[in-house]
Amino acid sequence: MSAQTSGLAIETAGLVKTFGETRAVDGVDLSVPTGTVYGVLGPNGAGKTTTVKMLATLLRPDGGEAHVFGHDVVREADQVRGRVSLTGQYASVDEDLTGIENLVLLGRLLGHDKKAARRRGEQLLEAFGLTEAAGKQVKHYSGGMRRRIDIAASILNTPDLLFLDEPTTGLDPRSRNQVWDIVRAVVGQGTTVLLTTQYLDEADQLASRIAVIDRGKVIAEGTKGELKASVGAGSVHLRLRDPAQRPQAEEVLRLTLEADVQREPDPVALTARVGAGAAGGWGAAEQAARALAELARGGITVDNFSLGQPSLDEVFLALTGHDTRTQTTRAEDAKLDDTKDEAAA
Amino acid sequence: MSTATTTDSKELAPVSAESLAALLVAKERPPRPSALSASLTFGWRAILKIKHVPEQLFDVTAFPIMMVLMYTYLFGGALAGSPEEYIQFLLPGILVMSVVMITMYTGVSVNTDIEKGVFDRFRSLPIWRPSTMVGYLLGDALRYTIASVVMLTVGIILGYRPDGGVGGVLAGIALLIVFSFAFSWIWTMFGLMLRTEKSVMGVSMMVIFPLTFLSNVFVDPRTMPGWLQAFVNNSPITHLSSAVRELMAGEWPTAEIAWSLGWSALFVLVFGPITMRLYNRK
Repeated sequence: MSAQTSGLAIETAGLVKTFGETRAVDGVDLSVPTGTVYGVLGPNGAGKTTTVKMLATLLRPDGGEAHVFGHDVVREADQVRGRVSLTGQYASVDEDLTGIENLVLLGRLLGHDKKAARRRGEQLLEAFGLTEAAGKQVKHYSGGMRRRIDIAASILNTPDLLFLDEPTTGLDPRSRNQVWDIVRAVVGQGTTVLLTTQYLDEADQLASRIAVIDRGKVIAEGTKGELKASVGAGSVHLRLRDPAQRPQAEEVLRLTLEADVQREPDPVALTARVGAGAAGGWGAAEQAARALAELARGGITVDNFSLGQPSLDEVFLALTGHDTRTQTTRAEDAKLDDTKDEAAA
Repeated sequence: MSTATTTDSKELAPVSAESLAALLVAKERPPRPSALSASLTFGWRAILKIKHVPEQLFDVTAFPIMMVLMYTYLFGGALAGSPEEYIQFLLPGILVMSVVMITMYTGVSVNTDIEKGVFDRFRSLPIWRPSTMVGYLLGDALRYTIASVVMLTVGIILGYRPDGGVGGVLAGIALLIVFSFAFSWIWTMFGLMLRTEKSVMGVSMMVIFPLTFLSNVFVDPRTMPGWLQAFVNNSPITHLSSAVRELMAGEWPTAEIAWSLGWSALFVLVFGPITMRLYNRK
């Protein structure tokens, strides 16, 4: 198939899934190159999990097409299942069984004989630092340990494609960093990873390409750099010595940068977005330098200056017109959607 | 997730990136397991669960003992002159009734299990699809065997003397377990179809009570009104309990055995595919 030769791990066109009235996934197009971490970023209820479930052959799409390594996820579900692994939002291991029992169980289901399943299970527990907890029921594991056993179960047979559905939701920062290390090690060995997350820094840390998804639609797609560039090349942050000079400084910045200038809560701070290609085609750094020169000429003392790339938070805000956090009503909608999803699924 | 009791608050050992990488390099993939092997593996899972939560054997030990004692002494004097005489007639029947009643817990365990994340993993594996469900039923077959042994032991203590000897008793139990395995596909269907554990229980009771009581387990159907006889004489439970009763009495009731196996085949053929359809759409 064409997708095989073009080196795509996942290719979807107009993927749709509806639950009753809700269009949980509403025409999603994705192209995921092999051997990369592809981030699917979006708030709760955006349709991330539903998309992953369709790609992992757990849900049947209501419309559109999806191919995994060139295999249709509906017609050739078995071939797809042979090459992918899934780590769901909730621990995808049996909580009543011990760590080693879970790995042996899955090893046997993947076709290993008893001895090989046990050996592989023990090696994985060792690599994941879980040897001591091998004989403990998973329900007594901490959040970080659950994640580890879960990912260990997913790589019993090294998969060609690994779905990680919100792998760090609910983890403390330390465990989260450890999960990130594991993901990097897995990708380092050539496995493609589709990572869904609602944490922007997670996508920023791990993914090489990112699709931003909101209300079942992909609203932006590209490399991290492209996404950031699409909302502006960077942000200029200034701290003045004298708060009285702030209105004057604001005016100078507006004229030289041809951009909106924001007053920060701090009475001496200002932020301006530097647009790519704005202000006469100058680069972001040149524009910032010109602005600084203008401020100096106007006798305005600048104590502190920085030019940074916009964060993915800013990207999300710019793309959706709403914040990822402050939308309480949205979050409640999403919760409703989630329960609907579960009921329908 | 966060409410789980964490026994391990101390530092986790670090992840070893090198040994992890070494494990990932191994790309050998064994051939997929056979249908039988996958089913047996899921059966092993069911047995592991019994090992970790032995309380779930309560319904195959205490409940059957209660059933034997209760009905032997409740009806024995009135129906057969004495409990000792009645138990000769009752035990095979009450064995059938209790084990068939116990099968309904299959639906409840499927229903509570299916919501857990581990099912997503099972369903994304390249294995014979029905093996997950068959695994439940294999684990349950073990439970039915335990229940049968417990009841026979109690029966023998109370004076039950099967004329069929060990061979007849084993044949009777084997037939009962085959039937229960087949019958359980009704419960896997309900377990997947209904939303809550409570509704599974409710519907199961609605099916199981009339089906087991309206049979020849307690009394000879000839004392019943004609319309009820029509139902009772054709009930799979009546055929099964007649077959088990006669097998244990040392006879070979060909017709009743054929009826029991015929019903078993019908249950698998009808409810098996419905279960798998629901399972695939879950």
